[in-house]
Amino acid sequence: MYVVLNKDRMVIEKEQDVVLYRNRVKEFAVKIGMSLVNQTKLITAASELVRNMLKYANGGVTTIEVISKGRENGIRLIFEDKGPGIADINLAMKDGFSTGKSLGLGLPGAKRLSSEFDIKSTVGKGTSVTLIKWKNG
Amino acid sequence: MDRIPILRMGNFLLVTIQVDLYDRLAQNLESDLVQMVSKTGARGVLIDISALSIVDSFMGRIIGNIGSVSKIMDAETVVVGMQPAVAITLIELGLELKGVHTALNVERGMQLLKDKILVEDNEPEEE
Amino acid sequence: MKFEVAKTLQKKKKQIFELWMQNQLNDESLREDLMSNDELRNESDELLNSLLSSLNEENILNIQSSDFDSVNEILSGISITRARQGFSAKETGNYVFSLREALIQSLHKDYKGDPNELLSSTIQIVKLVDGLAAVTFETFIKGREEVILRQTDEITEISTPVIRVWDGILALPIIGTLDSARTQVVMENLLVQIVESGSSIAILDISGVPAVDSLVAQHLIKTVSATRLMGAECIISGIRPEIAQTVVHLGIDLSNIVTKATLASALRYAFTLLKLEVKKSIKSEA
Repeated sequence: MYVVLNKDRMVIEKEQDVVLYRNRVKEFAVKIGMSLVNQTKLITAASELVRNMLKYANGGVTTIEVISKGRENGIRLIFEDKGPGIADINLAMKDGFSTGKSLGLGLPGAKRLSSEFDIKSTVGKGTSVTLIKWKNG
Repeated sequence: MDRIPILRMGNFLLVTIQVDLYDRLAQNLESDLVQMVSKTGARGVLIDISALSIVDSFMGRIIGNIGSVSKIMDAETVVVGMQPAVAITLIELGLELKGVHTALNVERGMQLLKDKILVEDNEPEEE
Repeated sequence: MKFEVAKTLQKKKKQIFELWMQNQLNDESLREDLMSNDELRNESDELLNSLLSSLNEENILNIQSSDFDSVNEILSGISITRARQGFSAKETGNYVFSLREALIQSLHKDYKGDPNELLSSTIQIVKLVDGLAAVTFETFIKGREEVILRQTDEITEISTPVIRVWDGILALPIIGTLDSARTQVVMENLLVQIVESGSSIAILDISGVPAVDSLVAQHLIKTVSATRLMGAECIISGIRPEIAQTVVHLGIDLSNIVTKATLASALRYAFTLLKLEVKKSIKSEA
């Protein structure tokens, strides 16, 4: 479906990894020539999701890929953790819903900032979030 | 231990955030600010975020907290220097910066605080 | 002995080239204004060389063969360049068809063998070149689409000017439909201008926006919110009566945005916000 042109994997274990991860995402976005606004949206969404991963699952594994669909290039980010999982995904995707003490904007906000968004979760096993931001998306 | 410096400018306090805050740093900033406001009796707090290219909900919460805490201590908070890409992203993210004012830069921010405090102080007392 | 088409064509390369050039130069659709005859010769020479050197008795039946990758590359390059230079699709197609003509002409010249063989060889060549023609047309269209995309971007840029009407006051006459792509551009331009000009008031004039539905209203509200985050204020002007009605009927809440009927009244309001007065000057007659 999509052609993967470049790939990078990063393990997230502690809070300091958030900044390292964000910078890596930025590198990829800059390399494909993404506009500043789209870059900002992508990195902000990534920040939300990676913080979620740390907070609820004590970390996990992230993958950054440059993908291509025909003539369009984009960045795909995958977040996989072995945390407690999300019982009700629909509820979690509603603005303002939070099981922590946060603003509850992480998941729905990240979705609004991306071109494509997918989330899968099994209670007790873990969660996997995939988001795509097309260069001109 | 890293701590973000807080400058005193007359009746106001100025905080310039230039690094990505992590939990401990953010908490320290909150408590340091509260202490300073109490100690100096400052009526306004300026948070300069012109160096931040990313503001996520974590950062948003910190700013909101500073605003709420300062308000309780009778100080108004102004966020200045937001980058255009950040403003656009925050709207899309759905993050409302409640309880804080915004201004283009420190100069405007100070003017806004001065005007606000003038109005407040001159409001007629309840009979 | 079996007739070897590929080998025969390779031997007759020079003849084919001259025939092809003749065909092109005699064609009344020749665009000497867009390309010189020398350039044409060089381009055709490169393509023909690539084609004949890649050709053999097996792949002549299969234009999809990877043996022809470099031929396709050269041809795609030629086609896209033509698209960008302003050649028509037909003119670009004729380039390939005149080659086909030349290949067949050359094959038939001096042929002294079995006519059935000649027929099947001719068909092979026709099929091969038709495949090349398909590549040509496809890349030609791609080239045109690139031009269209670029022009669309330019139109978007031009149709969202940000005007500094006064110290600290910006005006944005928005003309045309306001979709999410356009809103992005408007927001970016506006916010960057606010920073650069140090303006504190932005007037969004929507008298040139044909229809305002809840989606458009959302885009406007987002723009206003983003402006506020930057410490500036937005006034929306140019609201036609029909739009005012639509907004109310759709239940859109614009209550915390200042709206004015005309750009002029918005400007007047902006002046009061900035504590500015406009007075007639009284000049004494000397």
